[in-house]
Amino acid sequence: MTQLHSSAGEGRGSGATEPGVDQSGKKMTFGEGGLAFVFAVLSLSCITVAAKTHDAAYAFHAYLSAFASLAAVFVILNRYVDRPAALPAREIDGKPNYNFGPVKFATIAAMFWGIAGFLVGVIIAFQLAFPWLNLDLPWTAFGRLRPLHTSAVIFAFGGNVLIGTSFYVVQRTSRARLAGYLAPWFVVLGYNFFIVIAGTGYLLGITQSKEYAEPEWYADLWLTVVWVTYLLVYLATLWRRQEPHIYVANWFYLAFIVTIAMLHLGNNASIPVSVFSPKSYIVWSGVQDAMVQWWYGHNAVGFFLTAGFLAIMYYFIPKRADRPVYSYRLSIIHFWALIFIYIWAGPHHLHYTALPDWAQTLGMTFSIILWMPSWGGMINGLMTLSGAWDKLRTDPVLRMMVVSVAFYGMSTFEGPLMSVKSVNSLSHYTDWTIGHVHSGALGWVAYISFGAIYCLVPWLWQKRELYSLRLVNWHFWISTIGIVFYISAMWVAGILQGLMWRAYTSLGFLEYSFIETVEAMHPFYIIRAVGGVLFLVGGLIMAFNIFMTIRQPETAEADTGARNPSLVPAE
Amino acid sequence: MAEAAAPKKSLWAKHAFLERNSIWLMIGILLVVAIGGLVEIVPLFYLKSTIEKVSGVRPWSPLELAGRNIYVREGCYNCHSQMIRPLRDEVERYGHYSLAAESMYDRPFQWGSKRTGPDLARVGNKYSDEWQRQHLADPRSVVPGSIMPGYPFLAQTPLKTYEIADDMKVNAVLGVPYSEAMIAEALADLKAQATPDADGDGLTERYPGAQQRDFDGNPKVISEADALIAYLQALGTMVDFKLYDDKANIR
Repeated sequence: MTQLHSSAGEGRGSGATEPGVDQSGKKMTFGEGGLAFVFAVLSLSCITVAAKTHDAAYAFHAYLSAFASLAAVFVILNRYVDRPAALPAREIDGKPNYNFGPVKFATIAAMFWGIAGFLVGVIIAFQLAFPWLNLDLPWTAFGRLRPLHTSAVIFAFGGNVLIGTSFYVVQRTSRARLAGYLAPWFVVLGYNFFIVIAGTGYLLGITQSKEYAEPEWYADLWLTVVWVTYLLVYLATLWRRQEPHIYVANWFYLAFIVTIAMLHLGNNASIPVSVFSPKSYIVWSGVQDAMVQWWYGHNAVGFFLTAGFLAIMYYFIPKRADRPVYSYRLSIIHFWALIFIYIWAGPHHLHYTALPDWAQTLGMTFSIILWMPSWGGMINGLMTLSGAWDKLRTDPVLRMMVVSVAFYGMSTFEGPLMSVKSVNSLSHYTDWTIGHVHSGALGWVAYISFGAIYCLVPWLWQKRELYSLRLVNWHFWISTIGIVFYISAMWVAGILQGLMWRAYTSLGFLEYSFIETVEAMHPFYIIRAVGGVLFLVGGLIMAFNIFMTIRQPETAEADTGARNPSLVPAE
Repeated sequence: MAEAAAPKKSLWAKHAFLERNSIWLMIGILLVVAIGGLVEIVPLFYLKSTIEKVSGVRPWSPLELAGRNIYVREGCYNCHSQMIRPLRDEVERYGHYSLAAESMYDRPFQWGSKRTGPDLARVGNKYSDEWQRQHLADPRSVVPGSIMPGYPFLAQTPLKTYEIADDMKVNAVLGVPYSEAMIAEALADLKAQATPDADGDGLTERYPGAQQRDFDGNPKVISEADALIAYLQALGTMVDFKLYDDKANIR
């Protein structure tokens, strides 16, 4: 291995010794040298691509990647120069030397992207009520901003919460330091770079227009590299664990990471027109592409927005409530049932389409069965509170997480209902679907994330408590009212529009033209936008609270372990 | 599953094996999540009934393909579906329900999931080119209640054509029946379709039914509006439903 050390790094390392850091006999690791080399090559390749492409937006991405790669080379070498000879110890005085740097970064990034994503959501909600807000410009039209919103909230906000919490939980429940020296940082920074490429791409018109899988081939390739590294860091940390059993939250995180990899590769299989073009064509076409897309799309919900956040539930609710998980056996049953059944549910997005009926029927059947394992998870989360229900009165953070599980229960009941073909014939293509998604996304995913971040920030930055629990209370109530506005407006709008589309006069003619059904949506679109504003205001209150918490002086004992007794295993 | 058959008492103990072995846990997860997708996706590639046998569906002409790529670029699928369901009101509002065959060359499919605006599966030839270009530039000038964004820049942006043959080559590799002649003549066909006086014999021979005219009303340039309107005017027009036999394709 030593022969492979990059000569550039060696040369710089010997000259710049900082006082107080033992650098004698320091050697660059294979990872440092190799990664710096790979980034240097990547930077050169990107400059070549930028020079040769005819597409200005693609050239912008190529220059951005070249710049980021150069920055990565610099940071890696600089970090090498400054570090002591020995890499960080796995244990100090018999206690695990946890690596929380990447977790802190992901937590801040989640907060940032959350606010950005909610804001874009509010903008596009107002665009539907007041179309002049589209400004007649390509970069501000609804068709480009809507994927920006969905990707920002799902992949940027949700993704950073998942990566951050998973890196925290896997260390704590394994009582081991995160595996890898640069790898965890590569995962966190690389993932956020993917977000930047994806988001700027939509604005510039680079998209596959496959719902929730809009990024083009080169962003997909980059994400694949990041994701495989994520899996390896996660597994390697599990291998270091001091506990014989893998804690239940980690099963869910593992299912999330592995399945998302499978879905991402399957749905994004494509051939680029050339390496100098951002455009690619999906290998599937027509009806097969539709099936693959919703196999992916529904399980982005199932594994990104459900399995991953159930993992958060399984760690943070027991921690915060200071109670063990309600039932170990229920967690086993509902885990395997959930991941097995979820995968089948995709065709309910294609009811009454040109997808063959046998596939639609399978999708509907499994969607209804899915109600059971979903509620298994809800029951396990809620019942964990048994003996600690009084804490809901005093702890708004716990209340937020418990309400999120209740929303999970509600939207996983509504989902199977909407997957019934006769219900779907009314609800499909309408805003009812949008309302359903948001009761899950705002009520479940965002609330459990907020709860987890409220827990994590004092633990990570070693503070006694949050800056203000009263502000958490304000956040909770303002955003809850926002969610109620949002989902009730969308229920009414969706059902109304669905009924108007199929309304007949007594003479047997269609009663409403399409544009009349659009005009009928106007008041509900305004109410929905107001609901979105309230949710955004809640997010801003949270960001302020988090900022002030981090700015607080550190607590003297700085012993999170004492105040947060170690997690009781699921048994 | 096989686990369920094991005696009740040892089931939980057996699960402990997975809880102690991350690799086996991961393999278990992969096996369990692979099944549903395999069962639902793989048969679609070999069951002959998946795609109806119809005549008339041809690959997009170069201009239509370029227009489709603009449709994809602007994210029209966010508000418009291209999938008419076999429900009475939809068939009366939009026309014959959509067939799988009608999108068999579409990469990606654009069936959509939301109708903030109306379905576009059969919008072809429903409105004049003049209506389409006015509507694209300023939707509320023709439909006062519309909430669609305006796309005035499409008519002002010349269409990028340098990649059209490569676009078709990739599609051909993936199985779209673009012949070598079609790829060789791609640029000429694209220009001919947007130019009313050009010799269009080769074009209509290669792409039967392709409509040839100046779609954006500006003969000086071939704009993005030319391509997009050519695509919209072709949508849903390829199958002749006077001849199509619904019963022959009941699945």
